[in-house]
Amino acid sequence: MQAAAQATLDFLKLYWAPLLCGVVIVAVLPLIVGYIVLVERKLMADMQARLGPMRVGPHGLLQPIADAVKLLIKEDIIPDDADKLVFWLAPVFSVGAALLAIAGLAFGPAFQIAQDLDIGLLFVVGISALGIFGIVLGGWASNSHYSLMGALRSSAQLVSYETAAGMALVCGLLFAGTLNIKSIVLAQGTQCVWFGFLAPVAFFTYLVASIAETNRAPFDLPEAESELVAGYMTEFSGFRWSLYFLAEYVNMIVVASVATTLFLGGWLRPFANIRWLNFLDLLPPLLMIGVAGYCVLRMPKQPTRVQQMFMLAVAGLCLVVGFVLATPVLLPFVKPSLKDAVAPFYAGIHGGFWFIFKVSAYIYFFMWLRFTIPRYRFDQLMRLGWHFLIPLSIINVLVVGVALIVGSYFNLQGWALLLATTPAAIVALVAALIILSLDQKNQARQESTAATDFYAG
Amino acid sequence: MLDKVIFYFFAAIAVGSAALMVTRRNAVHSAIFLIATLLATAGIFLQLRAEFIFIVQIILYVGGIMVLFIFVIMLVNLDVALHQIKFARQKWVALIVTLALSAQVGLLFWTMGKMPGQGFPILTAAPADRLPPQNAEAVARSLFSSYLLPFEIASVLLLVAMIGAVVMAKKRT
Repeated sequence: MQAAAQATLDFLKLYWAPLLCGVVIVAVLPLIVGYIVLVERKLMADMQARLGPMRVGPHGLLQPIADAVKLLIKEDIIPDDADKLVFWLAPVFSVGAALLAIAGLAFGPAFQIAQDLDIGLLFVVGISALGIFGIVLGGWASNSHYSLMGALRSSAQLVSYETAAGMALVCGLLFAGTLNIKSIVLAQGTQCVWFGFLAPVAFFTYLVASIAETNRAPFDLPEAESELVAGYMTEFSGFRWSLYFLAEYVNMIVVASVATTLFLGGWLRPFANIRWLNFLDLLPPLLMIGVAGYCVLRMPKQPTRVQQMFMLAVAGLCLVVGFVLATPVLLPFVKPSLKDAVAPFYAGIHGGFWFIFKVSAYIYFFMWLRFTIPRYRFDQLMRLGWHFLIPLSIINVLVVGVALIVGSYFNLQGWALLLATTPAAIVALVAALIILSLDQKNQARQESTAATDFYAG
Repeated sequence: MLDKVIFYFFAAIAVGSAALMVTRRNAVHSAIFLIATLLATAGIFLQLRAEFIFIVQIILYVGGIMVLFIFVIMLVNLDVALHQIKFARQKWVALIVTLALSAQVGLLFWTMGKMPGQGFPILTAAPADRLPPQNAEAVARSLFSSYLLPFEIASVLLLVAMIGAVVMAKKRT
């Protein structure tokens, strides 16, 4: 008994910081996801010339909380013919995999749960790929045709696009030379260039593949509501459904974070190592203070007193964040002796800001695509994956490898490496065009024989 | 102590779900327990700080092969398969194979126990820093230097299998 207590104590002593981080992340993520959904609805409304949610809180700012409460108190229905155990397990598996993948990510130089994991990026990619079991098992356990069809589509889609995504990541890793997430970001700092510029084709491939992997429009075939009701989640309701929903959005955050880490410089500020651009550090606090000012300006226009107070509270919050961001930048000017003491705070806070900023921008781009491009047909989706993205990404790995060798031959580093990689990107693009035209010819020939796809419904 | 607790935790999951995997009637349940076994084994790898083997186990076995397993199980008509169990004639073969295997394992344990100062390898294993850090790089380096020929042969084999699969799938048109 005492030995067990000792073991628990040892465990806590060693791992209290990551445990705390993990608990905080698991507790906060649903809220963040709720607000991502709100932003998405607002953006969709804006693109369709509507207002979106307006009733709960000023401009619908409390809508996520109302949604969460609604989902929690909804009746939990399990179909009679469902496989109860698997039905229970599937959403848990989905959400567990998505949350576990977060553990490998670095949100700043200090904030990482699995610190110094040597296989960093592989861990994130591999663990988040396990979420597919939640989808497949959920679809199977529901014992319904729509669900099974959605699950089959989903597994086929994920398996095919994982290859392209993996090849794109290989391209980025060629520049980094390590799998460790922290070292990847630091490599972009020392080379003074984000790998997204060095490997634009890989970035594009990863972008497309990551949309497909998170089952988002235009690739949301597994839950195409106009064909399959809701795909694999058709039979899920209430809390179980919200678990799936949570997993989907957490997966979005994960792929956005992977793209940010590998292609967009992670937590680094733009032009991180250029001294005379250091005034860019003032951007984050100014942005937050600007948002606060906007909130104060809009405050008198709110219809009720409660809403005015709420708006003021939002402004206050933004102001606090702005000041927190500004202090480590401005303090060294007031008291130069404090410069070293402030440095870690500066790195942590500003790193977190830039990381979240880039991830948000990536997710925002996802939303744009969702409201702009109509859904693909299933055979088109498969064709895009197997006939275009996978060959393109394999060719790109080859071309980038050659470019790297040429670059090291002429001793090119940092920005100068662009001299080698830009022609490589052009070669890859030409290859892509050739692949596309070949594929189109092939498709035209096949369509005359009227091939129908097995999973197309 | 902590190492032992973690090891026995994963080992218990692995063995328990392996037993459940064999005894379940429902093929999908079996597959789920197989996944649990594989994940628990991956956990033991991670405890030994073999991070690369850990993630390869997860990506290849759990994320790749098991997905295909489940995919196939869902497409196959399970009721038909259940009826065919009545006509299984492999019972005796299976018994012989099991006996042979357990005899081998027993012999292994017996000889291990007889060796002076060694005991069962698994009980003395698992100090936390068994492997040097960055073993992903180490694996890659040895694969592409000392074991280049086996690596290439394996790649060619896989390529042949892949082309074969494509040819087989293309046959119907």
